Amino acid sequence: MYAPTFAAPQSVDEAVRMLGADGAKPLSGGTDLIVQLKSGRNRPAAVVDLKKIPGLVGVEETSDGFVIGAATAGAQLGEHAGLVAAYPGIVEGAELIGSTQVQGRASLAGNLCNASPAADSIPCLAAAGAIAVVVGPNGEREMKVSEVPAGPGRTNLGKGEFIKCFKLKKPTANSSDAYLRFIPRTEMDIAVVGAGVNITRDGSSGPIKSATVWLGAVAPTIVEVDASCIVGTSLDDATLAKLDAAAQSVCNPIDDKRGTVEYRTKVAGVLARRAATIAFKRAGER
Amino acid sequence: MNYLGKDVELKVVGTRPIRPDGVEKVIGRAAFGADFRVAGMIHGKVLRSPHAHARIKSIDTSKAEALKGVRAVITANDLPNIPSEEAFVGEGPANFRDMSLNTIARDKVLYDGHAVAAVAATSPSIAEEALRLIDVEYEVLPNVIDVEEAMKPDAPILHDDLFTQGVDPKPTKASNIAKRMEFKLGDSASAFSKADVIVERKYKTAPVHQAYIEPHACVVSYGADGQAQIWCSSQGQFMVRAYCAKLLGMDIADIRVFPLEIGGGFGGKTLVYLEPLALALSRKSGKPVKMTMSREEVFRGSGPTSGGAINVKIGATKNGRIVAAECEVMLQAGAFPGSPIGPALMTPFAMYDLSDVTIWGYDVVSNRPKVAAYRAPGAPVSTFATESAVDELAKHLDMDPLELRLINAAKDGTKAVYGPTLKDIGFVETLEAAKSSSHWNSPLGDAAPGKRRGRGMASGFWFNIGGESSGATYVNEDGTITVVSGNPDIGGSRASMGMMAAEVLGMDVKDVRTVVGDTTSVGFSFLTGGSRVTFATGMAVTQSAEMVRDELCKRAALLWEIPAEAVEWKDGKAYPAGENAGKFDPLTIADIAGKSARTGGPITGKASINAQGAGPGYATHICDLEVDEETGHTTVLRYTAIQDVGKAIHPSYVEGQLQGGAVQGIGWALNEEYVYTKDGRLDNAGFLDYRIPVASDLPMIETILVEVPNPRHPFGVKGVGEPPIVPPMAAVANAMENATGVRMSSLPMSPPRVRAALDASEG
Amino acid sequence: MAKTHVTATINGEETEFLCDGQQTMLDVLRDEMGLTGSKEGCGSGDCGACSILVDGRLVCSCLMFGAEAEGTDIMTIEGMADGDKLHPLQQKFLEHAALQCGFCTPGVLVASKALLDKNPNPTEEEARYWLAGNLCRCTGYDKIIEAVMDAAAEMRGE
Repeated sequence: MYAPTFAAPQSVDEAVRMLGADGAKPLSGGTDLIVQLKSGRNRPAAVVDLKKIPGLVGVEETSDGFVIGAATAGAQLGEHAGLVAAYPGIVEGAELIGSTQVQGRASLAGNLCNASPAADSIPCLAAAGAIAVVVGPNGEREMKVSEVPAGPGRTNLGKGEFIKCFKLKKPTANSSDAYLRFIPRTEMDIAVVGAGVNITRDGSSGPIKSATVWLGAVAPTIVEVDASCIVGTSLDDATLAKLDAAAQSVCNPIDDKRGTVEYRTKVAGVLARRAATIAFKRAGER
Repeated sequence: MNYLGKDVELKVVGTRPIRPDGVEKVIGRAAFGADFRVAGMIHGKVLRSPHAHARIKSIDTSKAEALKGVRAVITANDLPNIPSEEAFVGEGPANFRDMSLNTIARDKVLYDGHAVAAVAATSPSIAEEALRLIDVEYEVLPNVIDVEEAMKPDAPILHDDLFTQGVDPKPTKASNIAKRMEFKLGDSASAFSKADVIVERKYKTAPVHQAYIEPHACVVSYGADGQAQIWCSSQGQFMVRAYCAKLLGMDIADIRVFPLEIGGGFGGKTLVYLEPLALALSRKSGKPVKMTMSREEVFRGSGPTSGGAINVKIGATKNGRIVAAECEVMLQAGAFPGSPIGPALMTPFAMYDLSDVTIWGYDVVSNRPKVAAYRAPGAPVSTFATESAVDELAKHLDMDPLELRLINAAKDGTKAVYGPTLKDIGFVETLEAAKSSSHWNSPLGDAAPGKRRGRGMASGFWFNIGGESSGATYVNEDGTITVVSGNPDIGGSRASMGMMAAEVLGMDVKDVRTVVGDTTSVGFSFLTGGSRVTFATGMAVTQSAEMVRDELCKRAALLWEIPAEAVEWKDGKAYPAGENAGKFDPLTIADIAGKSARTGGPITGKASINAQGAGPGYATHICDLEVDEETGHTTVLRYTAIQDVGKAIHPSYVEGQLQGGAVQGIGWALNEEYVYTKDGRLDNAGFLDYRIPVASDLPMIETILVEVPNPRHPFGVKGVGEPPIVPPMAAVANAMENATGVRMSSLPMSPPRVRAALDASEG
Repeated sequence: MAKTHVTATINGEETEFLCDGQQTMLDVLRDEMGLTGSKEGCGSGDCGACSILVDGRLVCSCLMFGAEAEGTDIMTIEGMADGDKLHPLQQKFLEHAALQCGFCTPGVLVASKALLDKNPNPTEEEARYWLAGNLCRCTGYDKIIEAVMDAAAEMRGE
């Protein structure tokens, strides 16, 4: 009968070796892998649990910023006061995945590499310019998080590669982020649209110095919105309307049981405005 | 005998003791269907059709049978080919041939999820693997799902031998319309000429599922002597026994059903799905077989409720009197006839005193699972339309919607469109309670920018039924009491049974143990449904407790050597009645029980009745909500459920019924629906995308219990479980209209639909 | 098929079990250990009926391989009462009639305990959002929230 083998390597090298075998899949939170295994959608020959490898679980704050172990559960991110203060949007994204129970296991790397177009943690990671440290048979390399997803369920990682950790720069003064998603209920749904915004202001009451906006669930992967229209402004209504239009213009969603093309596109504009407003306010308070 | 008089002081009924089965449930020891096991049991799984409509050309089970660990494989050939036979079962008529074909397909599959074969093996994973080895050759046929599409003359036909009943002349062409029904009073067509205002609108509802959290599960053991035992979670152990006997061609006496705890039913477990298959597998393998449904199977393979289309036309004079009403209802039956079209027609106008009303409807088959009852079956769909229309009428008349309903309210003596004259009803009382409620009199509050708030109300009716019930009361040797109820407990009825018995016997409820009997340890009881258990089984239990009380008096009389009439029962003891009876110290139950062998033997009361006189339930709900204009997202801010409950035996569990039913209705109104792919497959067969309300979606649900006792029940009970699901969809839609100015006539009112409606109204 | 040998602490007791690579912790609890209090409502992490605590953290046992339990400290519903003394949450659930069919109850209780362990003074909104992953179809959540708030108050000594 089908049953994968299970192993929990204690080092990166050991994991790389195990993941070199055909049909071996990495396990961090398991909240996607196990569901897919049970439904028959994904039947790995071997499951390689990364959580026993030093550095794969935990949040470290350094003078340069943050290093987040790839297999760290979303709930743990919310327990790190420094990370919450620096990147509330990234933490919000991770803490909206599923339920309290799911957040107790689901990891940033899993969310990223499962590569659902609607993944909640990716837009703000991308907006923050987060780096994924990837290890594999050819050693270690760095990728921008925004370059990892290749399409629904596909990544740009090579065979046998996995993510060891994420690196976030220490945010500059008056810099913050925000994540909003639209779902029909108040919890538990896959995002119909997600918007991650990162804003830096020119002083705590100044206008926007720089901004990045990424949308989720409106294209095969996350898409970046051209946010240049809000730079130099303090988000007056006319500017917000421009951002709304800019967001709508990059949408390329599908019709499915979670939303229609028309609806997703409209709501993308709405969320981009609202998330930008929140990030702008937070940036003033940093 | 009843306990309704003003001079009757009730000591137990109306209080809130802890339920007798509660501790086992909070520590995780209570045994539900999937928790049960017997020695040597193997595991069964079902192979289900991936097509919405197809002919089965062949089934080859040989590779599955050869797999190591497989003990039996069955198809429809392992069950008798039952001829068409109508019977009144569950809460409506049914045909056993249809039930057999729904359990396992023969010749044709009629929905995505329809069972075609089953396997029993030594482990669940071997059984799953075996399913993959069964080769079924299908000839895929065009399918039809939507009720109106299925009624069209060129729709794909599901059954070549189905001809519409209830139309004249009898049709000669097969149809998907199984039946037409009609009820009328007076002459609505001409009465519309008396109306100053007429509203007319079409409504549509999507199919929904009961969504009980516990999937179907059973353990079945078919013995070598042809006698079987079934342990299962169900709403009726006698129903399971009867249906299994019929479907397997067995004598009823050869099947014994033990009801396990049930994790929610709401009508969805008033049928059998796995049990007949498990019986056939157990018979073939010679082993006990356990079967459970996965969540996906529950959605694809068990009975949801109907989606519907409703046309309503109501006319009133300018002072608010409704003079004419017409309503046409079309309901999906699923793969086989039997939607709740009858109740859907009988209920929505039963709130009003109308003399000219016509309501008619159609039972229509289409390629989805055969529908099963869902809490007040049929009524929520038709009432959504009629109560939305009454609200629209109120708007046109510039009248308060509560006032409009009060003007037209049914009262004692009103003749309902479906026949009976209504008696001892409490509809007006619920409207008055709504009018004076804190909710109705509180300000709505201002909406934040970009949001809109509205308040709406709606009412609902459900008949409630009585029916055959059995109960027993046993006096144990130590003076404690055991009560046996004939009905599975799906909402706390065990507590109420014990309370009624304790009240009759003047005992502390802690000394009364209530259990649910299996099919051999209590008399026949019709299933748990129709909000009948506290009413009908409560009546049987009460009678059995009264028999015990009377017998205890007789035994005391024997011990005291005085006439039986000279003994009275008070506060749980036998007393000489009056001074002339003699001076004796009172006797407790324990005293009498200890001497029962001397006075005639064990003391037992049993009652098997066909309870008549069930009182209908009326509900009035109030909903405040707020809509985000840009996203169409709706937040329910405040909700009050008011209901005439007759007499609340255990008020906490009655409140629980109002709250649970209201929330199911809110989910039905806002987000729940079956979503199909283009080829008729169910696209959202899981709790991720079948969106029932979660805790953060809701406020507290306030309840107001109005008690207009039903004089035909010893304690005044009226059924309470079903009325609460009838008003919410209209209450939410009416609140939505007040908030946004848009009349949502199609359910669910999900955010994309609300946003689209708002955009259209401003365009 | 090779099985993994696992040692874990379950409800305070050091326990050993064998499991194969596709058994979840829920499968292990129910099928190997006879701890049937944790329920399968969906098998995909959408209903919370299988909730347990792993090293104090609330998770769905259906979303965890049995093999991942190695070296962990697990609490299930069976470990919530202290001998025959019910946990205040269990007692309040009974008093408030916060269960009807009782199927979701073990998961809700474990999730509520996790909430109060982390936040002894939650607002109603915080409690509702924390429990959003525990589906209940019978109660409409009202009495559940009342029971949780009342238990929290009692545990705070009010």
